[in-house]
Amino acid sequence: MTSTTGAEWRRLSPRMLVVHPIQEVVRLAPALIGLLVAGSSSGGHGPLWSLAGLVVAVLFGTLRWFTTTYRITPEHVQVRKGLVHRKVLTVPRDRVRTVDVTANILHRVLGLARVEVGTGRSDRKGGGELKLDALGAREAAGLRGELLHRESRTAGAPGETAMGTAMDTAGYTPESAGTPAAAVPAPRQAGVETELAALRPEWIRFGPFTLSGLITVGIIAGFVSRLASEGNVNLGQIAPVKSTLGWFGSLSLPLEIAAGVLILAVFVMIASTLGYILAFWGFRLTRHSSGTLHVNRGLITTRATTIEERRLRGLEVSEPLLLRAVRGARLIAVTTGLRVGQGAQRGGSMLLPPAPLREAQSVATRVLGGDAATVSGPLVQHGPAAARRRFTRSLGVVVAWIVVCLVLWEWSDLPAWTWVAGLALLPVTALIAADRYRNLGHALVAGHLVTRWGSLVRRRVVLEYDGIIGWNVERSFFQRRAGLVTLTATTAAGRQGYRVQDVGLGEALRLASAGSPGLLDPFLSGGRPSSRHETQVPGEPRVPGEPRVPGGPSDIAHPLISG
Amino acid sequence: METTTLRPPQHRVSRTARWYWAARAAFGWLVLIAVQVIWLVADGDDVGLRLAALVATVIVAVTHVTVMPLWRYNVHRWETTPEAVYTQSGWFKQEWRIAPVSRIQTVDSARGPFEQLFRLANVTVTTASAAGPVRISGLDRETAQRLVDELTANAQATAGDAT
Repeated sequence: MTSTTGAEWRRLSPRMLVVHPIQEVVRLAPALIGLLVAGSSSGGHGPLWSLAGLVVAVLFGTLRWFTTTYRITPEHVQVRKGLVHRKVLTVPRDRVRTVDVTANILHRVLGLARVEVGTGRSDRKGGGELKLDALGAREAAGLRGELLHRESRTAGAPGETAMGTAMDTAGYTPESAGTPAAAVPAPRQAGVETELAALRPEWIRFGPFTLSGLITVGIIAGFVSRLASEGNVNLGQIAPVKSTLGWFGSLSLPLEIAAGVLILAVFVMIASTLGYILAFWGFRLTRHSSGTLHVNRGLITTRATTIEERRLRGLEVSEPLLLRAVRGARLIAVTTGLRVGQGAQRGGSMLLPPAPLREAQSVATRVLGGDAATVSGPLVQHGPAAARRRFTRSLGVVVAWIVVCLVLWEWSDLPAWTWVAGLALLPVTALIAADRYRNLGHALVAGHLVTRWGSLVRRRVVLEYDGIIGWNVERSFFQRRAGLVTLTATTAAGRQGYRVQDVGLGEALRLASAGSPGLLDPFLSGGRPSSRHETQVPGEPRVPGEPRVPGGPSDIAHPLISG
Repeated sequence: METTTLRPPQHRVSRTARWYWAARAAFGWLVLIAVQVIWLVADGDDVGLRLAALVATVIVAVTHVTVMPLWRYNVHRWETTPEAVYTQSGWFKQEWRIAPVSRIQTVDSARGPFEQLFRLANVTVTTASAAGPVRISGLDRETAQRLVDELTANAQATAGDAT
């Protein structure tokens, strides 16, 4: 591998000079096609501007090769870039949490890959993350090994495709598991990889249930409409479209709706399945003996993400409703340095694509290296007050809608179907509310906080107590009346904060105290259940005598206050 | 079952903060009222309705400007120990935040234009989590400065921010 010891500045691969213009051309393709179709005869200057933009973009992209350099010193990773505004991004090497190597089809043809280095902090604000677009594929893989495996020699850091090292793992061994203590003293036998999971072809059956195709359909629609508008093409004039529209117009309204929904559903299902194959083909999750997890996947655009296990703070088992209906689930890493969101598929934090729930649970247990109870064990329910809140919240909205519509229908000319639709929605909302309550739960298992919530997307998050920074306790007016609070465990990983919704105050404090021993103790006022109503507000300011509080809550007593 | 609760933090914010909150809220309302007055003067149809709207706005504004600062003053509280920062805030939705001093990343003190007017400052304590900045507003400047110094000193003494 590329063993670099010195601190010499390195350049991006010169082959990116080829990639960049092509990428720009593809990105601006609709405008260019429009230019070709319409020519300059249409009179508008829009296409010409697009062309000028293209030229500028290509120029700047080319310049980037000359201006961007990077180096890896024993302490830092540095990237210098910018032409007019020179910038040096410096990241201490012990701040590197994840390394993401992506290669799209152009990159792969030319043997290139794009490297993104995730750090604990900078990713949050969007700016300052290190991106190298693009390096040679071998260089990229080497860089990853260099950054995350502290031993400089890493054998078989997989490149852009699964290279079949250590395919013959004798069973799944959850050794050297996720606990920081166990992960650090890794055996020094240069890079042993253990496979934790790999895509099985039968998982593709979950593809249609992911609905990722909706986005694809949206993108295609957007592309077509842009093509039409920039090229001044009237879609209605094209013969096949015209005849289809004609056929469509001849249907009665209910049939028209049914046909539309059916066509859309079929499209979305096909697109989702294709999307699944494109994104997750060749998926492999492996554990490297030096304390990292590797995710390799992708059919055309390949992606290899490396996560430092010490920074893995937990897992999220997420089950969108459709996927849950067919007993599928996906797994998302809760780790610092990787953003969650963006569909959780494009984000590098995905640890397992939609797969059978059982598989997801067993992989999760192997990744966490511990108790299966964290991922599949029973949870504590939140009680009748929380259940009532689920119903009042969801039914309340629908009832309010119905009332408003009724009023408007009576005194104004709002069509009647608005409130009828509201009535029809009532049972559905009730079902969702019941499901939301059923899914609500929490537990405290083997040093992990487990919380589950949601119905349309049910998520179960297992969060390591060591990764929890602080605690927020929130209580709205209504929650106060129901004697409930929402507890948020703040963390630097994943979504930054994980909530236990509508839990009793006492239980919330118990969870928080268990998670951060001693932190809350000075702020608790304990055990006089008889003198206190259950819904006593801890924040009620004028509590005359809090015996446990030295000095009492008076505003003038403390020397710090000088007002 | 509920034997333990959170007690309120020890310190209230500065008394001047009430005037600051009132002034800030009043400013917002004045803009709205000014717009309504202009609208009232501008053209002549349906004066009654617009007058009623104006009166309603004024009533709501006066209530808000008088009640909110007092309420807020009663709720907003803070406390620091060598181990933790603890705040209480909110009125319709109350919130308690606890952040360990050992995980503090930055301690910022800021003064907006209104705060400068009343010689106040706010202090924001951030940890590595985007979900948990602890903010104490309406402190007088000396307290804010002392708090910043104290927290910075304590935070430097400990290491590790759990990223």
